Amino acid sequence: MEPLTQVTGLVAPLDRSNVDTDAIIPKQFLKSIERTGFGPNLFDEWRYLDAGEPGQDCTNRPLNPDFVLNQPRYQGARILLARENFGCGSSREHAPWALAGYGFRVLIAPSFADIFYNNCSKNGLLPVVLPADVVQQLFEATWENEGYSLTVDLPAQQVITPDGEQYAFEIDPHRKHMLVEGLDEIGLTLEHADEIKAYEARQRQRTPWLFTDLEPS
Amino acid sequence: MAGKTLYDKLWEAHVVRDNGDGTALLYIDRQLVHEVTSPQAFAGLRLANRPVWRVAANLAVVDHNVPTTDRDKGIADPVSAIQIDTLDQNCRDYGIVQFGLHDRRQGIVHVIGPEQGATQPGMTVVCGDSHTSTHGAFGALAFGIGTSEVEHALATQTVVQARSKRMLIRVDGQVGPGVTAKDIMLAIIGHIGTAGGTGYAIEYGGEAIRALSMAGRMTICNMSIEAGARCGMVAVDDTTIEYFRDRPFSPKGELWDQAVGYWRTLVSDDDAVFDRVVTLNAADIKPQVSWGTSPEMVLPVDASVPNPKDEADETRRAGMERALEYMGLTPGTPIRDIKLDKIFIGSCTNSRIEDLRAAAAVVRGKRVAENIQEAMVVPGSGLVKWQAEQEGLDEVFKAAGFEWRDAGCSMCLGMNPDKLSPGERCASTSNRNFEGRQGQGGRTHLVSPEMAAAAAVAGHFVDIRELEQ
Repeated sequence: MEPLTQVTGLVAPLDRSNVDTDAIIPKQFLKSIERTGFGPNLFDEWRYLDAGEPGQDCTNRPLNPDFVLNQPRYQGARILLARENFGCGSSREHAPWALAGYGFRVLIAPSFADIFYNNCSKNGLLPVVLPADVVQQLFEATWENEGYSLTVDLPAQQVITPDGEQYAFEIDPHRKHMLVEGLDEIGLTLEHADEIKAYEARQRQRTPWLFTDLEPS
Repeated sequence: MAGKTLYDKLWEAHVVRDNGDGTALLYIDRQLVHEVTSPQAFAGLRLANRPVWRVAANLAVVDHNVPTTDRDKGIADPVSAIQIDTLDQNCRDYGIVQFGLHDRRQGIVHVIGPEQGATQPGMTVVCGDSHTSTHGAFGALAFGIGTSEVEHALATQTVVQARSKRMLIRVDGQVGPGVTAKDIMLAIIGHIGTAGGTGYAIEYGGEAIRALSMAGRMTICNMSIEAGARCGMVAVDDTTIEYFRDRPFSPKGELWDQAVGYWRTLVSDDDAVFDRVVTLNAADIKPQVSWGTSPEMVLPVDASVPNPKDEADETRRAGMERALEYMGLTPGTPIRDIKLDKIFIGSCTNSRIEDLRAAAAVVRGKRVAENIQEAMVVPGSGLVKWQAEQEGLDEVFKAAGFEWRDAGCSMCLGMNPDKLSPGERCASTSNRNFEGRQGQGGRTHLVSPEMAAAAAVAGHFVDIRELEQ
């Protein structure tokens, strides 16, 4: 995973609350067995005027001119500004794959759904929670100023505006460490393989029925 | 010291190590695997040349993509076929038990796990599917995970988790006739909102929850995620324990007695402290119908479509306006006047034998209304289907004009050929009314099986309580 420390980038404002992962990446694209290639189908039903199918070349599809990401001023955005409960619904990790594939590195919202939040940080995508009034100010600044960009400093846990205003955000130390270093979480966990084995040995005594093997019948 | 909640007990019993940074390594007793969220996880294992840590702790099944008709003809969609074949191959390569397309035990992952006794009280259960919360109904800690976590659980038998806050939702008293587990849960979601449970593990309690069968409790816990919570749970009681007697993977002999002794401890202590307590009065809950594009947009069947003008909050008002436009509804329209095009009875929320019996009782001897283009019943598993056929329910449905299908997720998410066309309106027993969920442009109203069945007969929503009088 690519390390994520400081991101400075154009901001795109998605002014809807409760954006669900079905909207972020519709179900037909979940048939892929790859981790990549989802970017062109990000927000497919909002972004295009026709019905999207897996494997289709999206370059000549009719774009919905009303959808925010299709506006020329937001091309190349790396930071997505969103509303409450972003990423609710299905646990599909294809949602962060699609956001990252499109080019986003940071998402800013007043709140995120739990599973989605977890999935983001495992894919080099930083979800930043800021208070609703701050997010509202950032929406207004983005609408009013073409080319509005923000700097997100993960080690310092700060969002910095072009005026130099700083907003601190919280992130748990584990997630921060994983993102900043771009670490492989499985590799880290396997460093504790002995502890996992010791736990299993204890529990085999305590709750042996939980260690009955599932066998084909 | 205050007592422990059920969640605390389950959590503490599974901590392998405290990482000291707000997270812990949590041991996973059972992982359920399906075709959509696992291929990239297996590919990751191969790439890193890592084995599966404890093969026999995993159970795999195909459900999301599978056709619900003409299975002997194979899978028409080549992309779906690749995904299904990939799971077959991965299970063969790693030795994981799988219920394939033609296995009579095949079905929706959250139906077959409990049905086989493969998910049990006291377990930690994960699956790359947000409705894994279903298994919490048995006093288990069960939650949905992403594909990176599926790979992590395959490789290490653990996941890295932060401890959740604890919420108790207590439903006091008894529900009236015609009010089901689905109505209780939709009312809860309407009350706390679709983000109300974010950051929490929810325990459901109170007389109305205790009175539910395991099927009803699964319906409740299933939709915890629609209330924002990764997991929901119900304490173990006699109903729970009886459910597991003689299931194929249930503990046997001495292990059964030992397990039951442990299961009985899986209740919150009387003096346990919750971070938030929400109470509802069961008698106030009416049959529910969702009107919008978020599960929190839900009302009693005797209400009317709301007017965004009455909403003070700007973002919420805009959301309501957008939802009404998408749903093609006018404020002030009585819910009962909403006409329907399709009826879907199925999904991990409501496809168990109890659900099918309840729906069949409503349609018995009646016909699906003229304006309904398609009404389908999709049993949760091959065994549910078999049981229903033993009871003649299939004949009841078919005589009424319903299609009787094979088991799978089907039109809950429309990854297989079962989906809505743009503008079509569906009464659905599933769990999500998101834009496009059941098919691009499709309009979903979430209801109980009884309400869906009654709507099929009338062609529009009806108050099931009036039929029952």
